[in-house]
Amino acid sequence: MPDTREIAVDYLARVEGEGAMYLKLDGDQVKDLRFNIFEPPRFYEAFLRSRRFTEVPDITARICGICPVAYQTSSINAMEQAAGVTVGHEIRQLRKLLYFGEWIESHTLHVFMLHAPDFLGYPSAIEMAADYPEVVTNALRLKKLGNAIMTTVGGREIHPINVKVGGFYRAPRKSELEGFVDELEWGLEMADQTVDLVAGFEFPDFTMDYEFVALHQPDEYAIVDGRLVSNRGLDIDVTEWTDHFEEQHVEWSNALHARIKERGRYHVGPMARFTLSHDQLTPRARAAADRVGLRPGESNPFKSIIVRAVETVLACEEALEIIDGYLPPDPPSISVEPRSAEGHGASEAPRGVLYHRYRVDADGLIEEAQIVPPTSQNQAQIEEDLRQYVPGRTDLADEVLQWQLEQAIRNYDPCISCATHFLDLTVERM
Amino acid sequence: MTTTVTRRPTVAVWKFASCDGCQLTILDCEDEFLSIVGAIDIAYFPEATRAERGGPYDLSIVEGSITTVHDAERIHDIRAKSKALITIGACATAGGIQALKNWADVDEFAKIVYAHPEYIRSLSTSTPISDHVTVDFELRGCPISKHQLIDVIDAFVHGRKPNTPTHTVCVECKLRGTTCVMVAHDTPCMGPITQAGCGALCPAFNRGCYGCFGPSESPNIEALREAWHEIGVDDPHLVQALRTFNAYAPEFKEASETYA
Repeated sequence: MPDTREIAVDYLARVEGEGAMYLKLDGDQVKDLRFNIFEPPRFYEAFLRSRRFTEVPDITARICGICPVAYQTSSINAMEQAAGVTVGHEIRQLRKLLYFGEWIESHTLHVFMLHAPDFLGYPSAIEMAADYPEVVTNALRLKKLGNAIMTTVGGREIHPINVKVGGFYRAPRKSELEGFVDELEWGLEMADQTVDLVAGFEFPDFTMDYEFVALHQPDEYAIVDGRLVSNRGLDIDVTEWTDHFEEQHVEWSNALHARIKERGRYHVGPMARFTLSHDQLTPRARAAADRVGLRPGESNPFKSIIVRAVETVLACEEALEIIDGYLPPDPPSISVEPRSAEGHGASEAPRGVLYHRYRVDADGLIEEAQIVPPTSQNQAQIEEDLRQYVPGRTDLADEVLQWQLEQAIRNYDPCISCATHFLDLTVERM
Repeated sequence: MTTTVTRRPTVAVWKFASCDGCQLTILDCEDEFLSIVGAIDIAYFPEATRAERGGPYDLSIVEGSITTVHDAERIHDIRAKSKALITIGACATAGGIQALKNWADVDEFAKIVYAHPEYIRSLSTSTPISDHVTVDFELRGCPISKHQLIDVIDAFVHGRKPNTPTHTVCVECKLRGTTCVMVAHDTPCMGPITQAGCGALCPAFNRGCYGCFGPSESPNIEALREAWHEIGVDDPHLVQALRTFNAYAPEFKEASETYA
């Protein structure tokens, strides 16, 4: 039966966590396609019950070693909203600086070490370094800059210790942050060059019709908070999440699939943010995007690598501006008293919007927790991308098709540890 | 007598239930990354590369805890093809925060998180790797320290003992010249019973240590309890403090069960 084939990747590489893919083909027809997440469940939403509301930034950070600041920020937003408090401008600016540090680190990791090897035909950045030593050396330096910002503001890059509900334990001195200015100026140039480098890659001719969902702010490129908007008319406060979104449990995944109640699957992440907040891009980021012809509405998911590079430019610009206007918050945190309430919080993780909801009792003990990570929101869309990508390409050898499908999954920089909370690819041909 | 290895040792990096942060620490060694991959031969490391070679391996580095039947079998297979095996991080060395389910009804947990708990196959416990196979060295931390990781890899390559102190965070505070947050500000701090490794980070940021590196050697938890009582922190708070990222480390487990 030469027309029948099956391609299986048992453990997808260069993604965070354990995932798999299975594809069954009958000639040109996709008979079955599943993006499996077999990362073992860790039950965060269960053991958060009866913990104190102040513990959420430390505990939920441990969901993901790649984007702990995203978990800390969304959980803190939810608890502050539940308590009815709002932090001042200085604390909010410091939160943005910490978060832009995470974007620089995470985007640089993905662009150079996880995704670029696909475009250049290497199994990893290690082999790529032999032929592109300068590119890899500069990438490591840029990544280190992101980590250094996180270390100065947050105490350490993985699971920062300096953030709390209400603000920070200690505000860095202005002189500590000014130490980053020269390196950020270098980083801005390097990120700008990266946009041209990755825009020069060869991209498959492939576009999708996406509903993009992201946070939005009128006066800035939203990262720490905002309204939830989409290119199909969604425009809601984060507190209305449960009215418009739902989560479904499918048999082949330990991660719940999120969908918009009225319309189904949607796309979160850098491409969604770029389209929805194009007017809020910083000057250098907008110029870089214009220079390589990246327009709002771009829907070739393989070009997400360019968007990540543009967002790295933006992150460096934003960080420089925040440091320039920095006034240490004094005191570094506001006091937060618990009350019986429900709180909702969202922020833009490097991979897309991360939503948290908690119900807390009058003593500040958690009664209920719900955490919706970006990768679980993208799961259904990732499967649809793969389903659309295969027809017309079935004459490719299994090995080539498999690599391209893996690359299509990596377009989303999936963080599977987050979503469950495994990538394993199987293609079966009938 | 030790033999000199002239070829680069083959290294495999494995993941079990975890957040990926400890293996990310390998990629976070930005200044040392190219030297490290020059000194060792990465044979299996899916987070970094799609190239993979079968064992046996000279060294396996294992992240994460055992929470499923499949993983309990997989770790034995990994041990069988590894000359040396080291575990990294609180999940691998103590079961991680997911070990909180060891005190709960896991079926109840699955019902809270999942609409179809029957799809979920999970053991009732989260346990450290050393509960399942022989481990040659355990590197603590949530997350591990980059500097300690580089030392452990260097120690392995050169056939020496790792230089990982087992004293407390208090010693690190003294070395750093940080004022004691418990004495000066009545801030509850786990430093007196927690192993060093972070550089006494939290006290330097005006907060109490929360135990990321697990119990120090022979921790006097009863003495800490009395000191916490004196500053008005009761047993339920102590029990919750012990039941976080190293909750199933024997000393923390026993104390939290005594005071619960």
